Amino acid sequence: MVKVNGEPLDLAGMRLSDYLSSASYSLSFIAVEKNGTIVPRSQYDSCILADGDSVEIVSFVGGG
Amino acid sequence: MPLSTFQKLRYARHLVLKEIGEKGQEVLLSSKVLVIGAGGLASSAIAHLASAGVGTIGIADGDIVELSNLQRQFLHTFAALHTNKAISAGEFVRARDRDINVHLHPLFVDEHNICDLISGYDFVLDCVDRFETKFLINDACVLMKKPYSHAGAVRFQGQAMTYVPDKGPCLRCLLQTAPNGATCQSVGVLGAAVGVLGSVQALETVKFLLNIGRLLTGRVFYFDGLSFETKVVPFSGRDPDCAVCGEHPRIKDLSENAKEYHAACENVQGDTKQ
Ligand SMILES: [Zn+2]
Repeated sequence: MVKVNGEPLDLAGMRLSDYLSSASYSLSFIAVEKNGTIVPRSQYDSCILADGDSVEIVSFVGGG
Repeated sequence: MPLSTFQKLRYARHLVLKEIGEKGQEVLLSSKVLVIGAGGLASSAIAHLASAGVGTIGIADGDIVELSNLQRQFLHTFAALHTNKAISAGEFVRARDRDINVHLHPLFVDEHNICDLISGYDFVLDCVDRFETKFLINDACVLMKKPYSHAGAVRFQGQAMTYVPDKGPCLRCLLQTAPNGATCQSVGVLGAAVGVLGSVQALETVKFLLNIGRLLTGRVFYFDGLSFETKVVPFSGRDPDCAVCGEHPRIKDLSENAKEYHAACENVQGDTKQ
């Protein structure tokens, strides 16, 4: 199981970039951390989700 | 300078807080803070900073007050319609406390003026409404080693983070570049929601100035007022490849990166999932 925003999902072995596109995230607006550390956008392709990983995806908004 | 009798009464509820006290109030009164943008985030942030007795408040905005701003930007009044927002916000501060030094900067920040502008302040608040300008502020603060509070808010939601040089990631570590076309979308926003984020910015400013508590450094506060999904997400460490604060930064001079700070509206998109 991989926890995404606190929710356990069956994503072990999946590429982070594949998950993000399947969940239709708008990549340029999000910041992703895995197990507390930033995953830069350049590493979405090489990042393979593993059992026990915890991923948080934060969507940023402009506006003020 | 020791507090006067008037100040002891005015800030009485700070003085009984062990985290502030007389010494802390003196620090606030001698601090200089710059608020860039005088809209929704700034309404809440400036109101709290001025009330709390932050001694010098700079306000920078080149925009004018429009009727559609009043629904959320409560610093501005009907009487201030069509006047400059920094000047209008300055009037609000003076009405709250005549002792506060207000520095008015009735201009839009750009790659040429921002470094001079922020250099005289202890802390900066990003209260602007465009991603491109948020990145300009981020890059200027990183290059000038200036701590600042980032926030953004639309609809009922928003986020905040505090950058402290050498202590945590910058906005660019998290998002790399200003999202394309983001500024050109016309989205709604509720004043009470954007006010939460502006209040968080004022809170972070006071915490930084007094060196108390734990800042939103290396952490992002996310708030959705509609669902009340609220979280603080840890983003420890910087991105070593960050273009401005990384090990081999590409951005060393703001003028050379100027293109990114000016919004292009050719690729106007619909409302994207955020
Ligand atoms: Zn960075």
